[in-house]
Amino acid sequence: MGLALLFIIWLITLSSTYYFVIQKWAPLPVASANGVAIDHHFTWTYILMGIVFLAAQLALGYLVWKHRDRGQKVQYSHGNTTMEVTWTLLTAVLFFGLNLSGEKIWAEARFQGAAPGAVQVEVTGLQFAWYFRYPGPDGKLGHTKPELEDASVGNPVGIDPDDPAGKDDVVTGTMYLPVDREAELVLRSQDVIHSLFIPAMRFKQDAVPGLMIHMHFTPTKLGDYEIACAQLCGLGHYKMHGMLKVVSQADYDKWLAAKVAEKLSQ
Amino acid sequence: MSEQHAHAAPTGFIRKYVFSLDHKVIGMQYYFLALVAVFVGMFLSLFIRIHLLWPEANLPWFGHIKPEQYLTLLTMHGTIMIFFVLTTAPQSGFGNYFLPIQIGAPDMAFPTLNMLSFWTTFVAFVVMLAAFFVEGGAPLAGWTNYVPLSAIPSAGPGLGLGEDLWIVSIALFCVASLMGALNFITTTLDLRARGMSLFRMPLTCWAWFVTAMLALLAFGVLLAGGILLLLDRNLGTSFFVPGGLNVSGNLSFPPGGLNPGGHPITHIGGSPLLWQHLFWFFGHPEVYIAILPGMGVASQLLSTFSRKPIFGYKAMVYAILAIGILGFLVWGHHMFTSGMSPYSAFAFSVMTMAIGVPSAIKTFNWLGTLWGGRIRFATPMLFAIGFVSLFVSGGLSGPFLAQPILDISLHDTYFVVGHFHLIMGVAAIFGIFAGTYYWFPKMFGRMMNETLGKIHFFITLAGTYAVFMPMHYLGMAGHLRRYSQLTELNYLRPLMGLQEFMSYAAFITIAAQFVFVFNLFWSMKKGKKAEINPWEATTLEWTVPSPPPHDNFGGVTPVVNHGPYEYSVPGASKDYIMQTDPATVTAH
Repeated sequence: MGLALLFIIWLITLSSTYYFVIQKWAPLPVASANGVAIDHHFTWTYILMGIVFLAAQLALGYLVWKHRDRGQKVQYSHGNTTMEVTWTLLTAVLFFGLNLSGEKIWAEARFQGAAPGAVQVEVTGLQFAWYFRYPGPDGKLGHTKPELEDASVGNPVGIDPDDPAGKDDVVTGTMYLPVDREAELVLRSQDVIHSLFIPAMRFKQDAVPGLMIHMHFTPTKLGDYEIACAQLCGLGHYKMHGMLKVVSQADYDKWLAAKVAEKLSQ
Repeated sequence: MSEQHAHAAPTGFIRKYVFSLDHKVIGMQYYFLALVAVFVGMFLSLFIRIHLLWPEANLPWFGHIKPEQYLTLLTMHGTIMIFFVLTTAPQSGFGNYFLPIQIGAPDMAFPTLNMLSFWTTFVAFVVMLAAFFVEGGAPLAGWTNYVPLSAIPSAGPGLGLGEDLWIVSIALFCVASLMGALNFITTTLDLRARGMSLFRMPLTCWAWFVTAMLALLAFGVLLAGGILLLLDRNLGTSFFVPGGLNVSGNLSFPPGGLNPGGHPITHIGGSPLLWQHLFWFFGHPEVYIAILPGMGVASQLLSTFSRKPIFGYKAMVYAILAIGILGFLVWGHHMFTSGMSPYSAFAFSVMTMAIGVPSAIKTFNWLGTLWGGRIRFATPMLFAIGFVSLFVSGGLSGPFLAQPILDISLHDTYFVVGHFHLIMGVAAIFGIFAGTYYWFPKMFGRMMNETLGKIHFFITLAGTYAVFMPMHYLGMAGHLRRYSQLTELNYLRPLMGLQEFMSYAAFITIAAQFVFVFNLFWSMKKGKKAEINPWEATTLEWTVPSPPPHDNFGGVTPVVNHGPYEYSVPGASKDYIMQTDPATVTAH
């Protein structure tokens, strides 16, 4: 029985570790500036926790086999204070050290707002779609009103027609961002909580009704990136998705100018 | 002290088995309520796994599972498992039955309150199941029930009467748990036998005691949250619901709803994050409410079946206390993406990592207990060893989620689902299985079948790992939870094969649970007769007949002379010393 336990615990441990190491189901390649540091910290956490996982499980399997009942004498002991203090301190150093080294990346990402000159995008979540609004040449977003929100009349985010700042606002279902330039997102929701998840950017943030949440990140690679909703928002949660297109600054300017012209001509 | 709590043995069927005041009957009532609940919860998870494997399948009762029904399944699965299984069986079930006996008391401190607590839980369970049968069906807002989704009936199916029933059921459950917690704490403090100092209590009693304190402080907050949510939903208050909402064209809720003054109900100024704070202030301690009793059982069994004292008894007690206290300071780690201040995320993160330290102490001490022992592989011990393995596996994904910068990618993915299923789902269930195989002889006077028990153990251990370990791979690849279909996002498609594997593993694991149920009921009738102390254990329940008489100790108040884990004491005549053995047996 001891051998059977050893076998099954080691089998589970080693096969789990194998798939963790080969990363057959890997995260999407990173495409944002601070995503690189995040992935680096993830790898460190991965290695350290992996070592503890292997050590603890292999020890467990070994101990139950080694000390199976063969009529041997038991070492009567109520513990060993030196050992207990040692492993408590080691664990504390490991966990706090790991944590504090990661908090630096967190602080860089979150303790400060976006730098001046960042691309402004307002993100609105509603059951079950994402809309992205860009201020036109005036650099200002117009006022919105809940009672005006109606996608069927072409005004999903409820821009107030009486506010001149909103005349040149561009609203799209696909997010465009220029590469290598910081983007400042303002997240809001019209109904329930949604969560903007862009896996390749290592970005996730809830959009909470009643709050305007400011976030920022910098895409670093051209390409199309899927956007999902991460917070349960109702029966269509699984199909509330969108696309982020990261393009060159020139393409971005061209795209925005065309959209603004289209909007102003309406 | 304790005599006044003794009461005469009832004679009629109703007072003996239905409205019983006997803590042992009430403990079994809780246990069997949890057994019914775990099968309901398990069948819901079976439907979840079938849907993920064959999205087009036609199922009995559900027919073809629609997206909203999938969400209902996972909402009710989570709710029933967490409240009516993981909170009910280990604490209210085993705790009720064995806490008084292990500390040498004839009953709980407040037998009538104890009975009321069980029947309130029972009503809560009936109300919860009723949500399936009302118009619109059961709610789909997840067991976390985030506002505004849960506050606005028109936000989705099941959010009408079904959602109200859900909240009422949880509120009743909170009331019942508060009564139970008071009873456990008073019993532990006041009814201990002579010589049963706090530091001679078995670690099971420590776990139940600290769990009761967590329950007392946590359930009150959830109760308040539930009542406020009911007011928001039905009377137009705005504790949680902010102004300016537009839910599918409706600007007031319920649509066209009028307040008592005849005006449309318009919410203003509520905070959805307030619900999350209240919910997780309960929700995180709840994790420990589910797992601490399992830690107690694992400690008890590892020592007993290794024939060796528990390694570092006092450190184990302090670790339980530390986990209990820190458990109240970390709720914000569920909210790193919620829009909460990034500075508080930092604080919650550090506190969360701190919990890793007492958790690691427990793991090391369990391994230290096995070291140099003489291990007997009875089925209860196998489940205790499985518990340690699962606790390590489930625990080590914690430091990923505790760090906000890593949690950003992992939050609301299967990584979280894998993490909490291993540590508070399967590990806690292993604690329940271990307790069942261990205490069954005491409860029913017969032994469970060892061969069936071992078959059950090996399939369940391998099976649950096969279901829940791959969830970590899915989560790292960005697979979101609560998605009824994977077909909408391109990056999810490569993950379908893994989902299929997990479904097959789940089918096998679920099938193995019928071996357990068969063993349970068959052994009640046909099992080998149990002696008073079949495991050669030291604690007080093994000094009384199996099953124990009505007042546990036959009118005699036991006197305790030894700590709970005196195994293989050098110079003793046998390899264990009962807690009630005369003090002269050994110097310890």
